[in-house]
Amino acid sequence: MNHEVFMAGFGGQGILLIGNLLAYAAIREGRNTSYFPAYGVEKRGGAATCTVVVADGEVGSPVIGNPGAAILLNPLSMEKYFGRVRAGGLCIVNSSLIEESGDGRSDLRVLRLPLNELAIEIGDARLLNMIAIGAYAELTGAVSLDALKAALTDALPERNHRFIPLNVQAIDLGAARARAAIGAAA
Amino acid sequence: MQKRLLVKGNEAVAMGAIEAGCRFYFGYPITPQSDIPEYISREFPKVGGTFIQAESEIASINMLLGASACGQRAMTSSSSPGISLKQEGISYMAGSELPGLIVNIARSGPGLGGIDASQSDYFQAVKGGGHGGYHTIVLAPNSVQEMYDLTMLAFDLSDRYRVPAMLLGDSVLGQMKEALIPHPYVAPADLPAKDWAVSGKDGRAQRVVKSLYLGDGELEAHNWKLHRKYQELREREVRCETAGLDDAKLLVTAFGVTARIAKTAIRMAREEGLKVGLLRPITLFPFPDKAFADATAVAKRVLCFELNTGQMVEDVRLSVARDADVFFYGRPPGAGSLPTPEELLAQIRKHYKD
Repeated sequence: MNHEVFMAGFGGQGILLIGNLLAYAAIREGRNTSYFPAYGVEKRGGAATCTVVVADGEVGSPVIGNPGAAILLNPLSMEKYFGRVRAGGLCIVNSSLIEESGDGRSDLRVLRLPLNELAIEIGDARLLNMIAIGAYAELTGAVSLDALKAALTDALPERNHRFIPLNVQAIDLGAARARAAIGAAA
Repeated sequence: MQKRLLVKGNEAVAMGAIEAGCRFYFGYPITPQSDIPEYISREFPKVGGTFIQAESEIASINMLLGASACGQRAMTSSSSPGISLKQEGISYMAGSELPGLIVNIARSGPGLGGIDASQSDYFQAVKGGGHGGYHTIVLAPNSVQEMYDLTMLAFDLSDRYRVPAMLLGDSVLGQMKEALIPHPYVAPADLPAKDWAVSGKDGRAQRVVKSLYLGDGELEAHNWKLHRKYQELREREVRCETAGLDDAKLLVTAFGVTARIAKTAIRMAREEGLKVGLLRPITLFPFPDKAFADATAVAKRVLCFELNTGQMVEDVRLSVARDADVFFYGRPPGAGSLPTPEELLAQIRKHYKD
């Protein structure tokens, strides 16, 4: 099974980190993967996007026109990329910043999560990306939550390993909110 | 299971070079290839290598010439505008029959252009970018694994033929991460000794490395010698990847990152029942002309896909069977607008005939 996910947000929201994390988790599971980042020349504030493919067979194109899933963290990303998600796919939308409901597409599963507020609730606004990737893994099964958590040691520089427990908590929170949303829909 | 690492394409080049015994690197930073000097400058001290961030691209290519003349495995890397600056030195290396690796992680142009992926340096790479009618060996990886493997191969081919080698990547291949299975480098047993290197003449006859030939008939003979080597490369060192050629009605050809996009587009086309094959040149020089002639004995329609407005397509047209039709699809790069598999699939449908 192939999983393709497109992630987009402002530089500084941690898009590239969770793209990396997903790819490391895929490697840990013995899968094939590609991580392709595209970002502006700015360190913060510019647009940051990446495409991750997780595949059991050969990864073909690292560039995907209509991905099966998207994680959109800011309004500009919603405007540019929401329409590109493949019918039947999944879109995780940061409702803290994105007002548009996504109701315009009935052919998608749209999970709206107030990521900024959730991150602040567990202690650090910067954790919003980890909540999003936890929700993504829970809903798609692209990688297991265990692999995602284990891959934190690969994706984070050693000086930040002390923050791993907090990141694990954020991944779990994202997964739990995703499960709750499915429960509510069912 | 072998150890699989998640590695960035640029780092795979650096890892392959170090593994292949390269111990001299000369370069000047430029996006999107700076991970190569960054990695090498960090790792070279551990293996006794010499890393120099030169004052310019021109200085670094001439340092490469010097190290190679002394018989050392050496390299430089840059991106398109920097590679243009190196052309004089590459011509001198070709004229002096010096091996060496030049890595071009290409970006868009002309001029300073932009930092997005591009294949607009194809002509420069394969036709001899500097003066004097030479060729470099040009290898075009399409994955992080090949960035590693072909870096090693480039050193071997370059040493064997005493022809400078170029690894032609682009900013997608340089920046993307994929699984890499590192493996030990094994030097080919029949690699000739560097009995031409100016390594100190104590106890032996003087050797001369030069590209200046003023004697009567000397330069003509020298050029015929270079020509014979290029012919030998054409006969012996062509490499390409093919798939689905047995029943293909349409042949898609692409190199580097566009070949990856093509592979997914071909898979989608096959799922629709379209008989589409792939021919991916791995060596851009020597070009796989016979492979194209053979493939187009079956598939009479060819779609060449490039991230430019049409360069390799000229070599494809020269190589295919006379009754084959060659179509082109490509566009110049722009920020955030790489062609997608879906886009190429539309082109496949357009040109396909059962």
